Amino acid sequence: MKRRDFVGLTGLAASALWLPAIPGFAGDLVDPMRLLEPGLDVAAKKRLADVALNAAKSAGASYADVRIGRYLNQGVFTREKQVQNIVSSESFGVGVRVIANGTWGFAATNTVTDTGIAKAAQLAVQIAKANSKVQKEQVQLAPQKGFGEVSWKAPIKINTFEVPIKDKVDLLLATNAAALSNGASFVNSVLFAVNEQKYFASTDGSYIDQDIHRIFPTFGVTVVDRGTGKFRSRSALSAPMGMGYEYLQPKAADKVAGPQGSDVIGYKNSYDMLEDAARAAKQAKQKLTCKSVVPGKYDLVLDPHHLGLTIHESVGHPTELDRVLGYEANYAGTSFATLEWKAKGQPYGSKQVNIVADKLQPNSLGAVGWDDEGVKTKEWNIIDQGKLVDYQKIRDQAMIVGQKESDGCCYSQSWQDVQFQRMPNISLKPGTAKMSVDELVKGVDKGIYIAGNGSFSIDQQRYNSQFGGQVFYAIEKGKITEMLEDVAYQTNTLEFWGSCAGSCDASDYRLAGFFNDGKGQPSQSSAVSHGSATTRFNNVNVINTARKI
Amino acid sequence: MAILSQTEAQEILKKVLGFSKADECEATLSGQSGGNVRSARNAISTSGGIDNVSLAVEARFGKRSGVATCNQFDDATLRTCVTRAEEIARLAPESPEYMPLLGPQKYLPTTASFAKATADITPDYRAAQVGSSMIICDERKLSSAAFLNDSVGFVAKRNSKGLEAYQQQSGLEFSVTVRTPDGTGSGYATADYNDASKFDAKTLTRIAADKAAGSRNAKALEPGKYTVILEPAALVANTDASLMQALMSALDARNADEGRSFLSKKGGGNRKGEKLFDERVTIYSDPANAEVPDLVFSGDGRPQQKMTWIEKGVVKNLYTSRFWAQKAGIPDIPRPGGWIMEGGTQSVNDLIKSTAKGILVTRLWYIRPVDPQTLLYTGLTRDGTFYIENGQIKFPVKNFRFNESPIIMLNNLEAIGKPVRVGGNLVPPLKIRDFTFTSLSDAV
Repeated sequence: MKRRDFVGLTGLAASALWLPAIPGFAGDLVDPMRLLEPGLDVAAKKRLADVALNAAKSAGASYADVRIGRYLNQGVFTREKQVQNIVSSESFGVGVRVIANGTWGFAATNTVTDTGIAKAAQLAVQIAKANSKVQKEQVQLAPQKGFGEVSWKAPIKINTFEVPIKDKVDLLLATNAAALSNGASFVNSVLFAVNEQKYFASTDGSYIDQDIHRIFPTFGVTVVDRGTGKFRSRSALSAPMGMGYEYLQPKAADKVAGPQGSDVIGYKNSYDMLEDAARAAKQAKQKLTCKSVVPGKYDLVLDPHHLGLTIHESVGHPTELDRVLGYEANYAGTSFATLEWKAKGQPYGSKQVNIVADKLQPNSLGAVGWDDEGVKTKEWNIIDQGKLVDYQKIRDQAMIVGQKESDGCCYSQSWQDVQFQRMPNISLKPGTAKMSVDELVKGVDKGIYIAGNGSFSIDQQRYNSQFGGQVFYAIEKGKITEMLEDVAYQTNTLEFWGSCAGSCDASDYRLAGFFNDGKGQPSQSSAVSHGSATTRFNNVNVINTARKI
Repeated sequence: MAILSQTEAQEILKKVLGFSKADECEATLSGQSGGNVRSARNAISTSGGIDNVSLAVEARFGKRSGVATCNQFDDATLRTCVTRAEEIARLAPESPEYMPLLGPQKYLPTTASFAKATADITPDYRAAQVGSSMIICDERKLSSAAFLNDSVGFVAKRNSKGLEAYQQQSGLEFSVTVRTPDGTGSGYATADYNDASKFDAKTLTRIAADKAAGSRNAKALEPGKYTVILEPAALVANTDASLMQALMSALDARNADEGRSFLSKKGGGNRKGEKLFDERVTIYSDPANAEVPDLVFSGDGRPQQKMTWIEKGVVKNLYTSRFWAQKAGIPDIPRPGGWIMEGGTQSVNDLIKSTAKGILVTRLWYIRPVDPQTLLYTGLTRDGTFYIENGQIKFPVKNFRFNESPIIMLNNLEAIGKPVRVGGNLVPPLKIRDFTFTSLSDAV
């Protein structure tokens, strides 16, 4: 392909000089063709990794690991009929983490030479030694065997970076046209793509080369009624996925209808962006005039796109062991699900609640061969028939809770940030009995069906939460009757999961996901998926969010 | 390499412009150097550092623009970076929102934004400060988690129309959460400075420790409408969305004109000039303020001046892009960095003394938009919530969830205290009546 054909439309708006500040776009802005060039070969990375490990050991480290990372990002931004921006970035460098005097130290450099890497390793040891002067507890790592020279590649079908920019722009502008022709006043659409090419090595004897891809197409549609001064929005029902551009080639088999009367289509492993944009514009328009919800208790039927966020906030975060132990107390918070609470064996939810953690699910954002401290990934139970049975752990936490093995949840957003415990995929298992979404709704006397995730907020120990959504439908006597607006539900995590009355079967199961989950200080971003089937929760407190100003 | 002087930076930028063959060219050089330490469970957990200089070059041919960046500064790399920006620009579509680059600008003086004491910080200094915080908690048998982050940096701009800008900045932020070992009490304190010599981790840790010890075994009050005293850290957060930041971010002219803001007017236009808040509400920005010195130029090179946003409850100005200012025929005002809310002389304690019944809120958390039409936000109290009766704190109370709009909040104003610095802004504690708490939280 000719360069001009591939690149096309590499437009950058006047504000582009400040784009490196956009999360995920750390590093140098580059020509999109640069993203197709190979990085360092594996032999060169192994040699550089050994420079880091040897320099760290010589400086006094008892353990060291090194991550040589090349992080590629691309974002295509449009509004209405115009391209706002196209950004391609590359970030390349080396992070060295050490234990010296029983204390962690970390340093990073983008000077990827023997001297630069050795200096970073020495600085990491110097920082560890400085910190050890005020340290009282020695770091203890769960044992980890070395894997030798191994590799893992995401099983994508189409590398998003190899798709011409023009094709991506055409898709987004067609998405905007679909929204505008169906009544949207404004529409923004965006496509993000990520490729992490990372090489990990440690003094345990692992040399791990991995290639990870993520994609996230999304949009926001707004309809304005100038006469009344009201405006309403609806955003995309896409999920960020651990996939290539094949996610944007819609297949009928991947479309899952919501309950009859709802006009909702969910998506599995491919996404029809144009169809969703057209529907979004119509629904945003309907939201301007539909009935405002009467507050009270309702049975909720939650679609997987919506429920993924509730799972994320009320199960994913409270079962992170670093939060449980207090490591996040100053920022993200702690957890109600303490070791003492777990020991009492109290129910987290009803018997229908079975929640599994994994870093393996195909097409998920968490899927990877090894984590960022060289631990092989796996699947394990978090909640079994309503009981909390385990947490999410990394190597320096396992020993604190008397376990001998990490769960492989260590991650860093780039070579220049220190790795720490991040959420794996956390998913609600679908029901084992055959159950369609219509059958699920049929049993509801007074309820609300919610599709899409909206406003969300939860306290620092993950008890009290409030969630909105994208579209809401009233359920009366087993049937969808009309669209509602101004809906949010307020609940307590244990009451909410305790009220779980069952899920649809595996045919309704699909992934929701989050591209930029924030945690840590300085804050780092990670991507995570949450699978579920449409699920019912009984007798939940719904509030009306309309106000007069 | 991280902090270049004005002369050093402009020499590089002159060279860059000299390599350019584009119709217009603008180059921005910025650098940052600093470090951080994080602790939890009275022990240091992680630490890190940053040291980087980066050049961004924007080349323009007519209404086509391209940007490239690099972080090496030999002639060959600079020349390649310029060439790459030009190649990208030639292939770009014309921008419908193109605005010519700005010519020479006059900027305010910048003396207070950089402090040598911050530049001189070492790993040992960070460990010692966090260590001194941990000792206090050890002695009081409390558990702490803290974060110390400092950096110094510079930004320099130059373009082919004659614009030239340079500024150095430094900053240090510290926050600490102290908890009781039984998990029933929690307290928080935070502060930020340009000049690290003003910083003492011990003073802040004692405040958080007192709040933790005092918030043990909180009582449950019914949710509902309460008079609240919101401390400055409850109004603006370094690390999260906040009610006041939400309001300031909503002062965007384009969104208002397009009909999708609380400032949009029925039938079209915006509500600039209308009185929307209590008449004691006055908010302005001033990058030359000695307590909260800020960048004196915006990302596109426009001067940041002293600017009044809300005066005596009336919306006086909205910020805008240069494109929208020209299209809508409105004043061309860049979005400010930090801002200053005028206040009185009363401390938080003075506000407590004058309160018959109310709730003192240390911090609000996980604040998220619920309805952009009304600027309704939800979130929760955290790390020190207390019941006040007859001018005194009576007992700690369980945390609440709120659903409230800053617009409603600034109409229900009872009293304004003395502003203090939070997150680069000057923010007074506020006493607000009828603040809406919608449910209780068991979180501590």
